[in-house]
Amino acid sequence: MAETHSLQDLRQQATIASKVFIQRDYSSGTICKFQTKFPAELETRIDKQQFEETIQTLNNLYAEAEKLGGKSYLEGCLACLTAYTIFLCMETHYEKVLKKIAKYIQEQNEKVYAPLGLLLTDPIERGLRVVEITIFEDRSLGSR
Amino acid sequence: MNLGIKEHMRECEYSQISTSSSTPMESPHKKRTLKRRWEVFPGRNKFYCNGRIMMARQTGVFYLTLVLIVVTSGLFFAFDCPFLASTLTPAIPVIGGVLFFFVMGTLLRTSFSDPGVLPRATDDEAADLERQIDTVNGTSTGYRPPPRTKEIIINGQTVKLKYCFTCRIFRPPRASHCSLCDNCVERFDHHCPWVGNCVGKRNYRFFYMFILSLSFLTIFIFSFVLTHVVLRSHSAGFLTALKDSPASVLEVVVCFFSVWSIVGLSGFHTYLIGSNQTTNEDIKGSWSSKRGKENYNPYSHGNIFTNCCAALCGPFPPSLIDRRGFVVPDMVQPTPPTNGVTMYGATQSQSHMCDQDQCIQSTKFVLQAAATPLLQSEPVAIVDESSLPGRTLTGSPRASLPLGQPTPPTSSPNLTCESELLGHEAPETYPHLLTPEEAPSPPGMLPCGSPVGHGHNVPFYNPANQDSLHEDSIRGLVKLSSV
Repeated sequence: MAETHSLQDLRQQATIASKVFIQRDYSSGTICKFQTKFPAELETRIDKQQFEETIQTLNNLYAEAEKLGGKSYLEGCLACLTAYTIFLCMETHYEKVLKKIAKYIQEQNEKVYAPLGLLLTDPIERGLRVVEITIFEDRSLGSR
Repeated sequence: MNLGIKEHMRECEYSQISTSSSTPMESPHKKRTLKRRWEVFPGRNKFYCNGRIMMARQTGVFYLTLVLIVVTSGLFFAFDCPFLASTLTPAIPVIGGVLFFFVMGTLLRTSFSDPGVLPRATDDEAADLERQIDTVNGTSTGYRPPPRTKEIIINGQTVKLKYCFTCRIFRPPRASHCSLCDNCVERFDHHCPWVGNCVGKRNYRFFYMFILSLSFLTIFIFSFVLTHVVLRSHSAGFLTALKDSPASVLEVVVCFFSVWSIVGLSGFHTYLIGSNQTTNEDIKGSWSSKRGKENYNPYSHGNIFTNCCAALCGPFPPSLIDRRGFVVPDMVQPTPPTNGVTMYGATQSQSHMCDQDQCIQSTKFVLQAAATPLLQSEPVAIVDESSLPGRTLTGSPRASLPLGQPTPPTSSPNLTCESELLGHEAPETYPHLLTPEEAPSPPGMLPCGSPVGHGHNVPFYNPANQDSLHEDSIRGLVKLSSV
């Protein structure tokens, strides 16, 4: 219940100190991948390892969604045979993974980030361009 | 036009009067106030079926395509197929029918899908980028030439990312801004008026299957119409044959003229898919070896087969613009004394409801509201407010926070906002938009919302991208805590 408590605190306060944006890493093409470089703004807030682990997990999930392979080819060919009308009633592999990602982010927020006064925004809400991390003003530290 | 505006103003007044006289009703008005994202979409697109269908604004040529295909195939099925089925084989109409449905299916999928539009940056994101650009420049002096490009290395190849002043992002590799639709589109291929949409990451495979199947269909119809004419002229002579089925002549003419371009186009796109290029890149010669020995396509998977599979059967990327999502989250509403705030918003919006788009949109809402007079109170006010360009930024999120703050009728913030608007049209003025000190702080940006409305010449500039910090974070938090 501790998390809920801090979440409510955050919500009531809702004073945003700043926001950090983790940009995309295009070094290996246009697949969705975010930079794992630790932003300086978060140094006082969160453990570097913890942060990198989160981003890495996200990257792995996106890689899973965009993986080329038998399964995705099968899905693609099947869709092609139906003139892509099957996508109207079928959830794609990508969408399934996106749900997984949303769940993961929520979980991370509850367990790790919210208690530290941070909040991750699901990249899909930002066009898969950035991972937005909102830093809330920390009363205990009195920092701003 | 004038008339329409006047009429609209009248309606606005009407709604305002009723707003002030009634009390807010919590549960029913929620539904009414929510606006879907497509309704405030900043690009020049048309939406149908409550946002399910998305097209470019000019769709005339698309209907021409549709008519050409339907009429030609229709004539074929009506006048040639009966003869061919009885003299040759009934498989001909069957195959023709399957091809026809495939063509139509892929055409409609191409035209009605989101081509891969990148949503515009939120204010925070844009501000963050500005700051980065500033720090890269490292200058605090007056003249700052904006180096609005960023070089990155993709698979060993240097690629330049350009800054998009409209979307306020560095365009991802392969993305390009479509001037007709006013959107950045991922893996932009080209804007195709024939299908009435951009062709990009999300609908390229539909497009390719469309032109491929259409070339088959055209060849199929062409050859069998000729067969039909030849068979008939054997038995009755050429002229009688033409007289007997005049439609065949028309079909032959249409097919003859279209088959070359369609087959040529599908051949070209087959080559592009094989080498994993876009039309855009091919025209510019981005990866052509003429540019230098070291030049190669960094996106290619290495062999033709993988490239084809990736383009046609690879994972299907999701739409990033969430057209049917709601702009105003429900959780902003619960604050009881929103009345004053929303009222203010409503009056504000009235004064500058001069844009046609907004007029139409909010008129629609007013009319909807009028249909259910009882629930009309709050919703209309909020809706009106939210059809203001800057609305999401100011009104709603702040409504849950202390009162009074949201719409300070200030003069100084005007400057910032005005410059932002100018920046949209004339990039040179952009740099002084976001000075580092105002960039990170949300309150600094807040006043932007109301003055934006004063920009009379600005049509529909920043609706969607303004759903900014407070709203989102609050929504996120509420989402979280509701678990």
